[in-house]
Amino acid sequence: MGDVELIGDEEVEVVATLNGKPLKRRAKARQHLADFLRQELELTGTHLGCEHGICGACTVLIDGRTARGCLTLTAQISGKSVETIEGLSDNGRLAELQQEFIARNAAQCGFCSSGMLLTAYELVQGGEKLSRSEIREHISGNMCRCTGYHAIVDAIEAVLAKGLR
Amino acid sequence: MASPAASTTGIGARIPRRELKRLLAGHGRYIDDIRLSRMLHAYFVRSPHPHAKLVSIDVQRASRAPGVAGVLTAVEINPRCEPFVGVALHRAGHRSAPQRLFAAERAVWQGQPAAIVLADSRAEAEDAAELVEIEWQPLPVVADQFQAIAPGAPVIHHGMPDNLAFDFTLEQGEPAKAFAEADVVIEEELRFERQMAMTLEPRGLIADFNPSDGSLTVIHAHQSPFQMQEIFANYLGIPEHKVRVVAPDIGGGFGLKLNVHCDEIATVVASVIFGRPVKFCVDRLESFVSDAQARDHRIKCRIGCKRTGEITAMEIDDIGAVGAYGMPMRFNVAEGMMAVVMTGAPYLFNSYKARTRSVYVNKNLIGMYRGVGMPLACIVGELLTDLAAHELGIDTVEFKRRNYRPKSTLPCVTPGGQRLETVSFHECLERLVGLMDYDKLRREQRELRERGIHRGIGIGTFCEQTAYGPPYYGPSGAAISTQDGCTLRLEPSGSVRCLTSLTDQGQGTLTAVAQIVAETLGIPVDDVSVAGNDSAISTYGGGAWASRGTAVGGEAALRASTILKENILSLASAITQTPADELSLANGQVINSKTGLSVISLAEVGRIGYFRQDTLPKDFDVQLSVNASFVANDKPYYMANGVQASYVEVDTDTGFIRLLGQWAVDDCGRVVNPLLVDEQVRGGTVQGIGAVLFEECIYSEDANLLNGTMADYLVPMAYEMPDIVVSHVETPETSTRLGAKGIGEAGLIGAMGAVWVAVNDALRPLGARITHQPFTPERVLDALARAKLR
Ligand code: FES
Ligand code: FES
Repeated sequence: MGDVELIGDEEVEVVATLNGKPLKRRAKARQHLADFLRQELELTGTHLGCEHGICGACTVLIDGRTARGCLTLTAQISGKSVETIEGLSDNGRLAELQQEFIARNAAQCGFCSSGMLLTAYELVQGGEKLSRSEIREHISGNMCRCTGYHAIVDAIEAVLAKGLR
Repeated sequence: MASPAASTTGIGARIPRRELKRLLAGHGRYIDDIRLSRMLHAYFVRSPHPHAKLVSIDVQRASRAPGVAGVLTAVEINPRCEPFVGVALHRAGHRSAPQRLFAAERAVWQGQPAAIVLADSRAEAEDAAELVEIEWQPLPVVADQFQAIAPGAPVIHHGMPDNLAFDFTLEQGEPAKAFAEADVVIEEELRFERQMAMTLEPRGLIADFNPSDGSLTVIHAHQSPFQMQEIFANYLGIPEHKVRVVAPDIGGGFGLKLNVHCDEIATVVASVIFGRPVKFCVDRLESFVSDAQARDHRIKCRIGCKRTGEITAMEIDDIGAVGAYGMPMRFNVAEGMMAVVMTGAPYLFNSYKARTRSVYVNKNLIGMYRGVGMPLACIVGELLTDLAAHELGIDTVEFKRRNYRPKSTLPCVTPGGQRLETVSFHECLERLVGLMDYDKLRREQRELRERGIHRGIGIGTFCEQTAYGPPYYGPSGAAISTQDGCTLRLEPSGSVRCLTSLTDQGQGTLTAVAQIVAETLGIPVDDVSVAGNDSAISTYGGGAWASRGTAVGGEAALRASTILKENILSLASAITQTPADELSLANGQVINSKTGLSVISLAEVGRIGYFRQDTLPKDFDVQLSVNASFVANDKPYYMANGVQASYVEVDTDTGFIRLLGQWAVDDCGRVVNPLLVDEQVRGGTVQGIGAVLFEECIYSEDANLLNGTMADYLVPMAYEMPDIVVSHVETPETSTRLGAKGIGEAGLIGAMGAVWVAVNDALRPLGARITHQPFTPERVLDALARAKLR
């Protein structure tokens, strides 16, 4: 090593549940969860759009609640249950959301979609009837640069309507 | 085999985009998801000053940092790449200084790269970059366009007489006389701040030079692999056939990923030097200081009208601050030129005067971004005509009805030199007026004004040059291909493989291509696979830019499928001993045209065509792979058009603007897939609204960027955005078989015009006018305060 001291390079042990399976790994203390998922576990469905908590591309579920993967340190998930797009896809309400997103073209480049879907998933779990404006408010932490949001709201509305049948 | 009828999946069908299932499952493969073995990670050391002398640079400590493979500066990097001179040969007097990849003696914009650190991980490269020691000596800064042309201003490029890059004037008719004879003349000064394309996925690439055979593969999040193949070959001196550029899934382009960025080229140079793959993925903070930016214009404009309501003349004088250099390949004249040639294009008038200047300033380069200068033209035309109509006491819709160019005058050439052939202004307007219930909204607006609620209605009419052709780019000297190509292969099973020169960043172009092929060959769309994004394997072509994919690449696909269809029918004819002209294709079968009954399946044609040629006549030539390229040699563009409306409310206490409704009517010719086109229009609309209300790269007086995070650079989020009603008028392009024009930029252009006019309509009774974009609450309140003082 040269004449540099790096802070945060020490490792910590992380014991958690990831996508329903037990996880036991060592991780760099300074590594945020999104990097850990992407780089160490090759779960690249979680994206990074800003790495400072604004865009929502890195959204994951921690104990069922949406969280920013870029603002969460890997060490913080110990003892918790984390779900990513890879774990939730093709099941239940998330699958319904995916189908409605596809049918309505509620994604273009798809870079925001993992985060948008998980945010929407949290919303539809609640099962209440919501106005378009309430849906818009709930997804306002997730930036989409491609769509006009309109189709995303349509898709979430459709899934909510199914839940109320 | 039972297949759904082709018509439900072919041209005009609302079928979902094919890539979405994969992308929505988190199975996309974007640039930063890809790793190659032995791959190095790059990070750049950039100038912190807008203008500074580079006194010394010391990379010793950085080179010894953990994980670092090397640190390269201008000394190693610059000689490896020919300098870029972004001069458009067809624009007389256009000047640009040669641009090297790295700052050597001087940096001329904040963010200009000066060194590249290569390490085993991105984190190590970033850490080591802090150890690169550079002594900078700040120099006087040219921060804006007026400063740049002021007498005695520091000249950014030694060897140039001043900071002027380009000065273009245009005069048609008798503008001086026409203004003198006008009953009403309205004059405005408009200002457009710098903004960013802000793709959610930042830029990125992996360069992989193989030293043993001298070949270069670049996995590049880029809209035009062929453009980059040409650049890597010719600027780095690698034989072109050994260069391959492949685009992975891309998280948004919008023109940003069409530009030529020096840090990307330097990444490739580093791979050549190290003989190893090198990845460079921009992070968000870097994107603020390194992504090519957009806009930055000051415009003076005026309109003259007769009391009877006709327009006598228009004038526009634009000055754009294009950054420190001309954008390679795409130049720095495009925004200004587009603004001046398109202004007023939808309207009947004869006298026109226009000027645009591009000037160098110590800021990042202005590059391509959705709409280029067309939103400026739309805003100028729509604001001036709306103000004039009001001054004349004519309702703005009525004014448009009277002054739009009617179908009966087509084809025509506008005073700005634009050829209009198949535009449909009146039809679009009437559709819009009906959709939004214009009269009702006007009544509501009047009633609410009495209660102190300030709402505004704005209409934005536009023409859009789409799908540029060779008369446009050819004479510029840039090696930019405006053609696209398509290769089709019938598989032995009867399905079809399609290879296109197009790329897709979410537009859905590849799905549209599949629909065109499926329809022509009478097969279900699911039986067509489409691949694009690869400069080594497809026919040469342009890729995705200038709203061209479906119009040009779709036409190539149509032509290729027509050839394949003929070949299939001739083979089927030989097999079945039926005259080819009695056969056609439907539902995956060769059918008898008269009876509609199946004669032979495509799968059987494929089987015989590939494996049982021995059963065919001795000289029968089986050709089940075909190829077609398309470009219209004589067409500079296909002109699309449309009109949008915005309904806004301005809170005069806080200055906040709320969008209550947005309507968009577009005419992009034949619509291949309305499902995809609708959200494409909406996405553009939201970007346009964002540009007018929020987006600004805020610079200090001395050209330091003040808002380099997403917390400070606001973009539209769902809550602030309205529902957007979209409708289409279809006037096909007559020079192609497909008849499609472009749509990618329309939403943004029309929305910007509509929002500008709507906000000013809301402020009108208060005597206020806002002409400085973005319309932040502070600027709205300033405008109101100024009005009170008057
Ligand atoms: S990447 Fe985490 S919020 Fe943007
Ligand atoms: S689909 Fe591209 S950012 Fe949402």
